[in-house]
This record gives sequence, structure tokens and C-alpha cells, in this order.
Amino acid sequence: MSEAFDSTETLDVKGASCPMPVVKTKQAVDDLNTGSVLEVVSTDSGSMSDIEGWAEGTSGVALLEQVEDGDVYKHYVEKTD
Amino acid sequence: MSADTPSTGDGETMSETQLQARVEELEETVAQLEADSDQKKMTIVATQGTIDMAYPPLILASTAAAFGWDVVVFHTFWGLDILHEEKSQRLQLSAVGNPNMPMPNALAALPGMDRMATRLMEKRIDDNGTATIDELIELSLDQGVELQACQMTIELMDYAEDDFYDEVTVGVGAATALQHMGESDIQLLV
Repeated sequence: MSEAFDSTETLDVKGASCPMPVVKTKQAVDDLNTGSVLEVVSTDSGSMSDIEGWAEGTSGVALLEQVEDGDVYKHYVEKTD
Repeated sequence: MSADTPSTGDGETMSETQLQARVEELEETVAQLEADSDQKKMTIVATQGTIDMAYPPLILASTAAAFGWDVVVFHTFWGLDILHEEKSQRLQLSAVGNPNMPMPNALAALPGMDRMATRLMEKRIDDNGTATIDELIELSLDQGVELQACQMTIELMDYAEDDFYDEVTVGVGAATALQHMGESDIQLLV
């Protein structure tokens, strides 16, 4: 799978490192409506594991896809019930 | 919650309606218990005020809050400096006693060496896009992390309550920390 999802919002955390990608993602998801998808764009390689772990351990979110594109890591997070 | 058994006192069994009501009551209790146990709790005790020791509690606390956990960080002794509005701006890194520092202790102990190690670390933090202590405190507070400042050590260190960031909880002691720790899934001493 490499198709990008139709995201409602994009969160740019390029240049920021741990814990910012996760914490900012959480804050951005809070502002979304249920069913909306947030695209997170990060340059932190640790964000692949961190956002996956966060999404797994957090209710009300679903990680749809993670894409590594050169130095950029994209995450698609859906706000669920 | 009552300790009723499904049969009434005179040996008759409960009516279907009563049973239904009882089942609903129990289902509600179970749902409540599940909801309560769903939210993890973490207590961190922060005792150190050097840059390297200030980061881990704040990073873990702000991240745990992003998981929706209930987080308390209890600051005592030099850990108070992290919450001290003025001192938190200039936390230092010690060049002495750390074998990973690229200099021998005899050299590291010279005047100005801590300052130099601190400046190098601050530059690295900046270059790496690592959040500042300030940012992490704000982020933690915004997300509902409770940052507590130990009252006994505030007095011991001769600090005033208004030396700390506004949202910091003061007037607390070991018993308050232990109360949250006792309910916590995770307890850390830094």
C-alpha cells in the first residue's frame, strides 16, 4: 500500500524530535471530528515506532498507514469513536 | 453496591423483572470498573535539576498524557529547579563524574567547564530540534499533567511558592505523592 489517504488536516512536525510528533499528533487529533483523518509529516525516524505505539495504546484513534518517503515519515491517523 | 443474593429472604426466587434490574445494575458496575481501570496512572519523582535529568521526566510525562494517562510528577530537592521559573531557564550540565564526557575529570573540574558542557548541550538540543524544558513544561501542563513541588524542600531550598510556574501544585508532601503512587501502574524515581 502506498496510496495516501484523504486526510482532513495535515500536521507538519518536520524538524521536531521526541516527544513532539506524538504529543502534537494527540493534540491535533483532539480537534478532529470522528471519522476524520490526520496526516502527520515528520522527519523524526523514531516517529514510526512512536506513533504506532501511541496509536495502539490509545483509544479513539486508528493508525491507517505509515509511509517512509526519503527523509520524511508520513502517518495517517483516523479519529474513531 | 449491595451484597444481595439472587434469592429473597423467604426462599422465593427473584422475579424476572428483579433479575433483569439486578443484571443491569451489575453491568453498570462492570462498565464503571472497566472505565476506571482503562486509564493508566503514572507517578514520577524528579529529584535532579541538571539538563540530562530534567528531560526524561518531562518527556515521559507529556507523552503519557498523550496516551490519556493520569500523570503526576512530584519534584523534590534539585528537581524543584525544573519548575522554578527563573532557574529552569538555565539548568546546567555537569562535566564532572560522567565518564561519557570526552574529557578527564581532572580537566572537567576546572572553572567554567560545566558552563561549557552546558552550552554545547544547549546547542545540540537546538540543532536536533529537541524541545526546550520550557516547551515541555507548557506541553505537560496543557495536557493536564500535574506538576507538584514538594513543600518541605521548597522551604529547605529557601524558595518561595511564587518562584514556580503558575500552574504548579505547591503545598504537597510525601503523603500526597504516595497516594497517587499507590494507585499508579507505573512509578519512577529520576
